[in-house]
Amino acid sequence: MKLLRLMLMLTCSTTVLYAQDDLLSELSKQDSMVTVPVSATFKSTRVVNGHSVETMKKKHLDFRISHRFGRLNSGAYQFFGLDQATMRMGFEYGVTDDFMIGVGRSTSQKVYDFFGKLKVLKQSEGARSIPVSVTLFGGTGVATVNKELEFQDKLYYSAQVLIARKFGERLSLQLSPTFLHRNKPEVLGDEKVLLALGIGGRFKLSKRVSLNGEYFYTAREKNTVTAPYYDSMSFGVDIETGGHVFQLHFTNSLGMIEKQFIGETTGTWGKGDIHYGFNISRTFSFDKKNKKAAN
Amino acid sequence: MKTHLLAMVFVTVLTSALPSRPLLAQGKFATSTGNTKFSSETPLENVNAENKKSQVILNTANNEIAIRMNMREFVFPNKLMQEHFNENYIESTKYPTATFSGKVDNAPDYAKDGQYDVSATGKFTVHGVTKERTIKGKMKIEGGKITINSDFEVPLTDHKIEVPQVVFVKIAQVISVKAQYVLAPR
Repeated sequence: MKLLRLMLMLTCSTTVLYAQDDLLSELSKQDSMVTVPVSATFKSTRVVNGHSVETMKKKHLDFRISHRFGRLNSGAYQFFGLDQATMRMGFEYGVTDDFMIGVGRSTSQKVYDFFGKLKVLKQSEGARSIPVSVTLFGGTGVATVNKELEFQDKLYYSAQVLIARKFGERLSLQLSPTFLHRNKPEVLGDEKVLLALGIGGRFKLSKRVSLNGEYFYTAREKNTVTAPYYDSMSFGVDIETGGHVFQLHFTNSLGMIEKQFIGETTGTWGKGDIHYGFNISRTFSFDKKNKKAAN
Repeated sequence: MKTHLLAMVFVTVLTSALPSRPLLAQGKFATSTGNTKFSSETPLENVNAENKKSQVILNTANNEIAIRMNMREFVFPNKLMQEHFNENYIESTKYPTATFSGKVDNAPDYAKDGQYDVSATGKFTVHGVTKERTIKGKMKIEGGKITINSDFEVPLTDHKIEVPQVVFVKIAQVISVKAQYVLAPR
């Protein structure tokens, strides 16, 4: 008898619940057909030095200042590297939500760099689920430091296929196969063409802070006398504060463009050739049409 | 034959006994393109967003109303703010929707054109936190359509939405919401 009453009560209560949520569930039925793209795989357009799959959104401008200081192992006299600084200043703009262009100037080797980035695949959930995001990167630049060189000898080209996946809220990983061509390598005996494979990721510590890491394996003989180059390895922290993203990091690379950190990293972590550095990114919106609509 | 006749009489009596009302009076009215805006105004910065895909359904037979919107459909002029809204404040992956489900308290005569002050009482859910609320608004009935307008406020603390001290973009503690829904018969 008791059981019967309990069962009756249970069935009653569930029917009441259903009746209340009836209208709402009628609305939520429409949802199963929606495809939702995964947002914010990375906080910024860079993992540390290398590009991430993220692009600037349409009509948004990113003003970016990056610094790398000298080596930590240079001692107290050089204030552990802080006495020397190299920087890159860049303007990066979203032409559409999936295509961005950028221009930058590095003090190191006086390089002007230009690049474009195109999102070709967006990781999505729902009706059409896509496991990864894929972004194509293409860049070129002129190293103007050596005035005696022919113009074409100052050029380099780089191309990357960036493949990333966001595993849940906290973890994102990225693979970055890279092709780099220098018309005239800095060091005699170094190959013009360099292939590299980057692996990077971020782990969110909190809503606004993430830990980032990045390693570029370069396919060449390491440490030879003519080309004493090492693989680039970097660790950093991203801190987001509204319109700014601060990226603080430790890296064995001094340069902030592909040619330099993938191709010409002269420091090694083993000897403590570590540079402290940071990127500050400030985003401005020029989307006036949207602004009006929202007011 | 006799039973047939009897049945017919019975049915007519039964139907005439029900109050006769025009078509508009009964049934469900709905939209999936309802407009919901919200704004946060502080001396330092104003933040605005708009959701043009709010789903609303009203059952005029029993005055039940349900509203549902996808938080990812809120469009901000600044896409970085939009990302922060979804990632940090609303946590859209965990709590993808905001809903209201309740009843119109002082339901007007849906058959008559006109403008009425109404309110609805029910459960209002944002960021996974449900509050019992009575929300005031205006209902306009015209040409077979029902237009609902409402202005109301949402205190962030009511729904456990946290704004940390360090953010440079200042956000008001109370968000004002403006809704306009034009419902058509379904």
